[in-house]
Amino acid sequence: MKLKKSTINNLISYGVVIVAFIVCQAMISSGAMSRSLKGQMVPICVYIVMAISLNLVVGISGELSLGHAGFMSIGAFSAIIGAAWLRAALGIENEILLLVLSMIVGGAFAGIFGVLIGIPVLRLRGDYLAIVTLAFGEIIRNVLNCLYFSLEGSRLHVSFNNPSIPGTILLNGPNGAKDVAKIATFPVGFVLILFTLFVVMNLVNSRSGRAIMASRDNRIAAEAMGINVTKYKMMAFVTAAVLAGMAGALYGLNFSTVAASKFKFDTSILVLVFVVLGGIGNIWGSIIAATLLTVLPELLRAFADYRMLVYAIVLILVMLATNNPFIRSLFDRLIHRGRSAQTQRGGAAE
Amino acid sequence: MVSFLRFLINGISLGSVYAIIALGYTMVYGIAKMLNFAHGDVIMVGAYIAFCAMQYLGLPPLVAVLAAMVFCTVLGMVIEGLAYRPLRQATKLAVLITAIGVSYLLQNTALLIWSSNPKVFPSVFNIGTIRLFDGNLVISSETILTIVANIVIMIALTLFTGRTKMGKAMRAVSEDRGAAELMGINVNRTISLTFAIGSALAAIAGVLLCSAYPTLQPTTGSMPGIKAFTAAVFGGIGSIPGAMIGGLLLGIIEILGKAYISTELGDALVFAVLIVVLLFKPAGLLGKPMREKV
Repeated sequence: MKLKKSTINNLISYGVVIVAFIVCQAMISSGAMSRSLKGQMVPICVYIVMAISLNLVVGISGELSLGHAGFMSIGAFSAIIGAAWLRAALGIENEILLLVLSMIVGGAFAGIFGVLIGIPVLRLRGDYLAIVTLAFGEIIRNVLNCLYFSLEGSRLHVSFNNPSIPGTILLNGPNGAKDVAKIATFPVGFVLILFTLFVVMNLVNSRSGRAIMASRDNRIAAEAMGINVTKYKMMAFVTAAVLAGMAGALYGLNFSTVAASKFKFDTSILVLVFVVLGGIGNIWGSIIAATLLTVLPELLRAFADYRMLVYAIVLILVMLATNNPFIRSLFDRLIHRGRSAQTQRGGAAE
Repeated sequence: MVSFLRFLINGISLGSVYAIIALGYTMVYGIAKMLNFAHGDVIMVGAYIAFCAMQYLGLPPLVAVLAAMVFCTVLGMVIEGLAYRPLRQATKLAVLITAIGVSYLLQNTALLIWSSNPKVFPSVFNIGTIRLFDGNLVISSETILTIVANIVIMIALTLFTGRTKMGKAMRAVSEDRGAAELMGINVNRTISLTFAIGSALAAIAGVLLCSAYPTLQPTTGSMPGIKAFTAAVFGGIGSIPGAMIGGLLLGIIEILGKAYISTELGDALVFAVLIVVLLFKPAGLLGKPMREKV
């Protein structure tokens, strides 16, 4: 049987992720992992999925998005409400099933908002597009701060800017959700990473993926070839939104209290940093950067107060180093020794 | 009616601060084509320097503002020289991430020096208030000063970019960097000057902002920074009068929205208006639409 090159690459990727998962599981069960790091496992999964999905927008589709945390928050809160409702109305008690269903709910809602936001956003170009995604992220956070949800039996009550609603409060405006059932688990997070890889890699290697990349590289040329640029950009944007919503669902169900202030502009930027440091358009780079940078503040515990300062300095130095022509050519020579220099790099939102 | 006037004046005052910050954003964007996310934090540094000069050194307010301006000017030039200049040829995103790194650096340095406890900014310019409509409408001196400062800065900048040699060099570089270089303009020095002016304006904005909203924290600059950036885009990024109009409109919309619609949704309203404007005028109110060539 002869496999396509992209299929082999995909299989290798899944294999590496599975091995990494088995190693982590072994470390957890043998007690070799510190408590604080163990608590980081689900957030790491969440940020990996966030980074891969943002990479789809920034790297593959070439549009700078500064509001990715907005989709994450929609996913988180719809999943929290969905989980509570599913438990009350349908009597689902199996936690894995509940988690998967609420992740689907989170992804679906984020996807709907992805379509609604994508329609105006994708009409714009460049920095204007970036600022509008930022604006949408802030609007989502502000509106979530005014929303109140409660559950009375199996009936869901919603109110806007009015905290007095009957039943047990699920989402309490600016205070966010309290007493959330912590049903998120690391294995489910791992499955979500596999699912994300599956979706994104298959999308990139498909006809649609090539159309998306063609629109990124030269919009006018792609249009002249008969590619419906808006449609394909929308496809990338909404896929990323759905994945971010599912990641948000996992994140929301991992903590007992979740407030909208957790999904600030800073969170969007954090994910963008993962994408850029990992290499724009490079999925593996996103995974590694997301893992390292989520663990890094943990490892820098020894520096205590200087932790974020060191983080900032590392960030600046890495950007300066990777963009230094001398260091860059050095790297190129090291990596592509003998091989013809690989000119094809992932394009960027330029 | 009187309350509407009061909100309007507050809006103009807040908008003036946004406009001054937005000028820094828009000038830097126009000339270096980069989104300088660290600009908001320069505001915060300026406010802290002015605070320290007044509180610990006992300097008079005007001297303190001058000290803050000098400090921020140097800071802006140092940031530009160390962090942004090596990235002149790099992709836009690389510069953006570096700017975010600088922003984190400034915030966390401030956190180490001044701690996260909010400082209460002293009332700087208390020269009395104006009372109109039988004392129903009270305009504080800070408000008047902010608006006056805004007008003065606007006129000065327009004259500077229009009349002086350095100003013309700035416009030339923002129009076409390569051609400007061929005409013998020192591009690096011009960009450095832009950062200097922008940062000095940020210091003024910081003091004005903190005299109106007197809590000073290491994160004080970030939200006004984002709003001012929005204002710059709103008016058409790269355009100086655009930043002015964008800032003023944004301030007015925010205050009126908070007063008449919902306190929580004031910010959301600002961003919603931005989105609507950009949908109809994709390059902002005064921005020139870019022609794409094949």
